[in-house]
Amino acid sequence: MTEIFQEKIRQAAARRIPLRLRGGGSKDFYGNVLRGEVLDTRGYAGIVSYEPTELVVTARCGTPLLQLEKILQENHQCLPFEPPHFGPDATVGGCVAAGLSGPRRTAAGALRDFVLGLKLVDGQGRALSFGGQVMKNVAGYDVSRLVAGSLGTLGLIAEVSLKLAPRPQAEATLRLEMPQARALETMNRWAGQPLPVSATVWHDGELTVRLSGSAAGVRAATATIGGYSVDGDFWSGIREQRHEFFGGAEPLWRLSLPSTAVPLEVEGRQLIEWGGALRWLKSGTAAATVREAVRRSKGQATLFRAADKAAGCFGPLEPVLMRLHRELKSAFDPAGIFNPGRMYPEL
Amino acid sequence: MGAALPVVKELLQFLPQRAVLHQEEDTRPYECDGLTAYRQLPMVVALPETEEQVRRILKTCASMKIPVVPRGAGTGLSGGALPPGDGVLLSMAKFMRVLRIDPLARVAVVQPGVRNAVVSELAAPHGLYYAPDPSSQIACTIGGNVSENSGGVHCLKYGLTLHNVLGMRGFTIDGEPIELGGEAPDAPGYDLLALAIGSEGMLMVVTEVTLKLLPKPHSARVIMASFDDVEKAGAAVADIIAAGIVPAGLEMMDQPATRAVEQFVSAGYDLEAAAILLCESDGSVEEVEDEIARMKAVLERAGATRMTVSRDEAERLRFWSGRKAAFPAVGRISPDYYCMDGTIPRKRLGEVLRFIAAMEKKYALRCPNVFHAGDGNLHPLILFDANDADQLHRTELFAAEVLEKCVEVGGTITGEHGVGVEKINQMCVQFRPDELELFRAVKRSFDPHGLLNPGKAVPTLARCAEYGRMRVHGGQLPHPDLPRF
Repeated sequence: MTEIFQEKIRQAAARRIPLRLRGGGSKDFYGNVLRGEVLDTRGYAGIVSYEPTELVVTARCGTPLLQLEKILQENHQCLPFEPPHFGPDATVGGCVAAGLSGPRRTAAGALRDFVLGLKLVDGQGRALSFGGQVMKNVAGYDVSRLVAGSLGTLGLIAEVSLKLAPRPQAEATLRLEMPQARALETMNRWAGQPLPVSATVWHDGELTVRLSGSAAGVRAATATIGGYSVDGDFWSGIREQRHEFFGGAEPLWRLSLPSTAVPLEVEGRQLIEWGGALRWLKSGTAAATVREAVRRSKGQATLFRAADKAAGCFGPLEPVLMRLHRELKSAFDPAGIFNPGRMYPEL
Repeated sequence: MGAALPVVKELLQFLPQRAVLHQEEDTRPYECDGLTAYRQLPMVVALPETEEQVRRILKTCASMKIPVVPRGAGTGLSGGALPPGDGVLLSMAKFMRVLRIDPLARVAVVQPGVRNAVVSELAAPHGLYYAPDPSSQIACTIGGNVSENSGGVHCLKYGLTLHNVLGMRGFTIDGEPIELGGEAPDAPGYDLLALAIGSEGMLMVVTEVTLKLLPKPHSARVIMASFDDVEKAGAAVADIIAAGIVPAGLEMMDQPATRAVEQFVSAGYDLEAAAILLCESDGSVEEVEDEIARMKAVLERAGATRMTVSRDEAERLRFWSGRKAAFPAVGRISPDYYCMDGTIPRKRLGEVLRFIAAMEKKYALRCPNVFHAGDGNLHPLILFDANDADQLHRTELFAAEVLEKCVEVGGTITGEHGVGVEKINQMCVQFRPDELELFRAVKRSFDPHGLLNPGKAVPTLARCAEYGRMRVHGGQLPHPDLPRF
């Protein structure tokens, strides 16, 4: 099957025909333009290897994310970065290419932290392997993590090895009433203490916190934190953006900030995750205004969902960084055929 | 004589005399790093104190096409900081300032010459610490940790340097300033931060690093478990993971290692055991009590012959002191030792340990083993005498066979020490020509003329071809059809 990918890519490269690498299409909304002939990865599916005692799974790109998570759950394990699916058709390859992490990100780490290795088909149609299945590996540059989150612009991720974690023994979700500024301070103070906080959300005067760990640890922390108990299903609503906050026609901005940044003064509604480091904004405010407010707080603004993406989804890069991006892009994809323009017009 | 060097003249335009070393008596201390078998006198050593000086050194060298090799404390074990005979060794030793500790945001902003252990010392009053703790942590610097992606004994649970660095700033070889990552998560574009960490100083020179600090757990206790068989100890490691436990630390030492260590530090190890495991739990008092009980039950079932749980912090640190002193302890029982760093899937441990035992016989050299069991990272220590040329040669062959065995079982030639000059031949075994070519293309993206730490980490095709010819025994490669995915 990788041979079929390789052949298609070689032909496209020879004729300079753009290819749109695509799994289930659940993240078609993400990024800038979708250009090129669709190269569907779903035919290359399945778990290549999974040994629970090694805490590693290797899966082909087209494997449905739901199927992978089900198998892990049967073995009391999970993907620690709790990736959003954004639809039932999400695939493992798309998940890694998008590089998005869910509510557990601050506590457990980002998607890229759990990528141990991958098999890539580059723009010359070469099947290449980087990293591996072991936790520690510093042989060669960390190409696997460079490719994670590159939106399919560097190559086709054919297989990926991910580090896993055991599912927590116990979880509890608690809610406290408080205004934004106090919630930001509280979340940061909690994060500086040895508490098993695995997710936080502040929205509309309510701070919701999830505790995950041993039964004894969660019980002790519940007493420390206080508040009242709510249903844990809340978190999948946040992760999948089914929560009512995400409704409505205004553009959805994903603002990444230092967790201690003061409340952002921008017109619109906000929902805060990751202890203050991720702030969702539903707002029709001009892109330049949003970006300027976020820049002043030393953050980054991504236009996550919008009908009009003329302002560019991702924040601008410094000229030196853009030059490095272009050099890397041409090292991996000399003919420039993979998802052109999806991340930046120059790539 | 050296003052006549054109580059020295150029550097003295903006650096004081004391910051430019070129007389042999001054440059001699820089001739090697922790891998002392490889030595090279640098043409010039530059000791900048400011970012502006670093920028100008790089610009000067780039315009004169002179190689530059960055260096931290020089504790690296793979020759990554081996100086260029025809270039500038860029010592970052004077970048020693901790610029900011923000307890609420849990970050420390430090210069690259700050020693690893200093970060945790300064964070301690806030109840915080910096997780990666390589054994050399009292001496090694954050800049060196970043360039090697250093680990330590707690990385199964808390990750490597990569997982604990939020951002960096520094310069490209052309002296252009770059900033990667930052306190805001998920910087836009490609993850150049991940690419630069562990790149062995070949892509950029780092001048400032933002580190993530973690809350210090309320409690930590360690179990010392004895086994009468090394493979049983290995199986016990898998059993702990299978029970859904991720210990804070999970280390193994075989009997030759514990005996060497015990003479040196009196850690209280069981010297009758064929191997000991150190299994640490940390967290709240309740969590630790619970996890220690679960780990003891697993170890008992796995055939532990004796178990001791640390009663207090002093005893816990004593149990760890032996593990952390393993390298110097071994240094006392042998004139020289050679430390390997392969990582393997845990399930292949027994097979690899048997292989190492066979190599001890084949090459008539002793090899105690210390092992980051939790993450599969092996540190076999080959004992030899460097004054005996044949022993040195046998040591190199022994090490090469072990590293190639690690690749054969699905592992890697280096888990945390880096490739440097030491393991460059084995890169030809772990990677295929196309993959090495892509590494070289990545390097060219940052450094088109190959001036930054040249000749390290990524071999040329010619070098691999040469090594391939050396490895052919009786017309056949050791593992001709090895699948390397």
